Amino acid sequence: MAEQKKRSFKELMSQPERLAPGHRMCAGCGGTIAVRAVLRALHEGDRAVVGNATGCLEVSTFMYPYTSYEDSYIHNAFENAGATMSGVETAYNILKRKGKVKDNYKFITFGGDGGTYDIGFQSLSGAMERNHDMVYVCYDNGAYMNTGVQRSSATPMYADTTTTPVGSESNGKVQNRKDLAAILAAHDIPYVGQSTFLSNFSDLHKKSEKAIYTEGACFLNIMAPCPRGWRYNTEDIMEICKLGVETCYWPLFEVDHGQWILNYEPKKKLPIEDFLIKQGRFKHLFKKGNEHLIEQFQAEVDRRWEELQFRCSK
Amino acid sequence: MAIRERLSGNEAVAYAIKQVNPDVMPAFPITPSTEIPQLVANYIANGEIDTEFIPVESEHSAMSATIGASAAGARALTATSSCGMALMWELLYVAASNRLPLALTLVNRALSGPININCDHSDSMGARDAGWIQIYAENNQEVYDNFIQAYRISEHKDVHLPIMICQDGFITSHALANIELLEDDKVKNFVGEYQPENYLLNEQETMALGPYAVSNYYMETKKAQVEAMKNAKQVILDVGKEFGEMSGRSYGFFEEYKLSDADYAVVIIGSAAGTTKDAIDELREKGIKAGLLKLRVFRPFPAEEIAAALKNCKAIGIMDRSEGFNGQAGPLTAEISAALFRAKSQAKVVSYIYGLGGRDYRVEDALEVFDELKEAANGKEVEQFRYIGLRSR
Repeated sequence: MAEQKKRSFKELMSQPERLAPGHRMCAGCGGTIAVRAVLRALHEGDRAVVGNATGCLEVSTFMYPYTSYEDSYIHNAFENAGATMSGVETAYNILKRKGKVKDNYKFITFGGDGGTYDIGFQSLSGAMERNHDMVYVCYDNGAYMNTGVQRSSATPMYADTTTTPVGSESNGKVQNRKDLAAILAAHDIPYVGQSTFLSNFSDLHKKSEKAIYTEGACFLNIMAPCPRGWRYNTEDIMEICKLGVETCYWPLFEVDHGQWILNYEPKKKLPIEDFLIKQGRFKHLFKKGNEHLIEQFQAEVDRRWEELQFRCSK
Repeated sequence: MAIRERLSGNEAVAYAIKQVNPDVMPAFPITPSTEIPQLVANYIANGEIDTEFIPVESEHSAMSATIGASAAGARALTATSSCGMALMWELLYVAASNRLPLALTLVNRALSGPININCDHSDSMGARDAGWIQIYAENNQEVYDNFIQAYRISEHKDVHLPIMICQDGFITSHALANIELLEDDKVKNFVGEYQPENYLLNEQETMALGPYAVSNYYMETKKAQVEAMKNAKQVILDVGKEFGEMSGRSYGFFEEYKLSDADYAVVIIGSAAGTTKDAIDELREKGIKAGLLKLRVFRPFPAEEIAAALKNCKAIGIMDRSEGFNGQAGPLTAEISAALFRAKSQAKVVSYIYGLGGRDYRVEDALEVFDELKEAANGKEVEQFRYIGLRSR
């Protein structure tokens, strides 16, 4: 890791924003909160090239002729953010070797869960396996939000989406969500971190800095709620993220050079209802007669939590 | 002194890549272009070039990474064929609209299905509207020469477009033939150092690439692309002439073979030109005025120049090595017919489909075409769109 004086919370928060205001993302959107937090971890004087898969973030932050990015930025297509940045990073290596580029650059690419878990998964897997010195950040809001809330493989079970609608014969999505952070850890890359927005953001800031300054391919999975798709009051985003962690639906963990580390263990694990009830997409689960669906949801959360605890205990 | 060698088309283009020494090459293997990245990887393994090779997991990622590298400010390229290029499809448009001067060495192969590994032009012809410059070769010498000219054309400030250097699968790519190679320093001087104007790693100015553009802006980007494509015409001629001064082999939009006084002409792209020339030699001995226009540059399309070169012909057979499925002509015929119509040509035009999926194209086939053209010129009604070389049963 490059030498850098540890920055206080105040110092971190008062440095210039690298994602300028004026973009067109929704109020209460988790996507831009994730981008700002990750970019904040860049050390002063270091440059970055920011990449982006097609999605809400791309169409709302780089609408011609305006860009919100203070750093160089590239969007290529929906399904190739990993491969695109691997080309940028490789170009940097040779141009640096040839003396044509002198400054230090970091390579950070953002994708939603559609561009990351699903359509861009192969491209991501390839870039990670080749171990390019880059960070891939998934801002996971658990559905294809840009096209209007269609299910993805990151959508939790029983969520009401426009392609898994709740109806007389349907309770929403049938399948469980894919555990992408674990899949990326299985790539044996130097660093994988899972985080979300909590209190003073110290977990996300730390993981972002680690991911950016660990040599090789690193992956961050950030739960980034979407008010449109999850149907919550925009001011509740921090509360929802906290409940995601306190119910162990979204545990905070990292896999640092193969070592699984649990970053937070709630003193008292809260029941999953506390997380679900805040969100309109799970409203149907609270109808009389659907208690067993919540029980099933809870059982899946428990199973995954135990598995994670086991991995982290080794 | 030029170096005399015997190389296949793949070896020739790989040797040209070695001499040009580009910065980044992402690639994924596909028959019959696989040898190109293999040879480049070998040059790298033996310290013969500086190029960084990215062994990507698909052609989609090959083009994506090539775009990333080119946007970053590197001279970049990839190689592919057929289904590989089809997998790149969306990114072909992205590369062109982002005005990235990257290169693709395409080894033409039939595009499924049924799956077939042999030559036809259905891959690149399908991509004709993607906004790329397309230059075709008859043989190994031409594909070598074309690649050496590639970046001079694509990187020209009036152009800034991606370029496809095409050769015929197996026929050119795998057959050994004599070739004259240039000395390394000559190539280096001819191609020059890449100095991008706008790029991601420019320390003086950041750049954002790949915007979302609403209707207020989208159409102007297309107009700018077509203007660049028109500009490419002069650049291709200038570079082809300068290359000739260095090597003794000049290049234009097309080659004319016994065309100036021809009554009957065939228009063809690629390796089948040689076979056609043999047929023409036979016919000329009999006093029949047959000639050939071998098209080298398909994008930009030299419409006026082609029409002018064919203006004295009575009948023209246009040979397509790919289908368009409109039921009346292959893509090359359709474009040349439009050019002839605008030039108020009265010539009879017949569209022939030949050589799909590697079907042989023989001197007899060419003779049959000229026979029919002669009849058409004499007023006989002939079928205006037909296949040659089909099995009889």
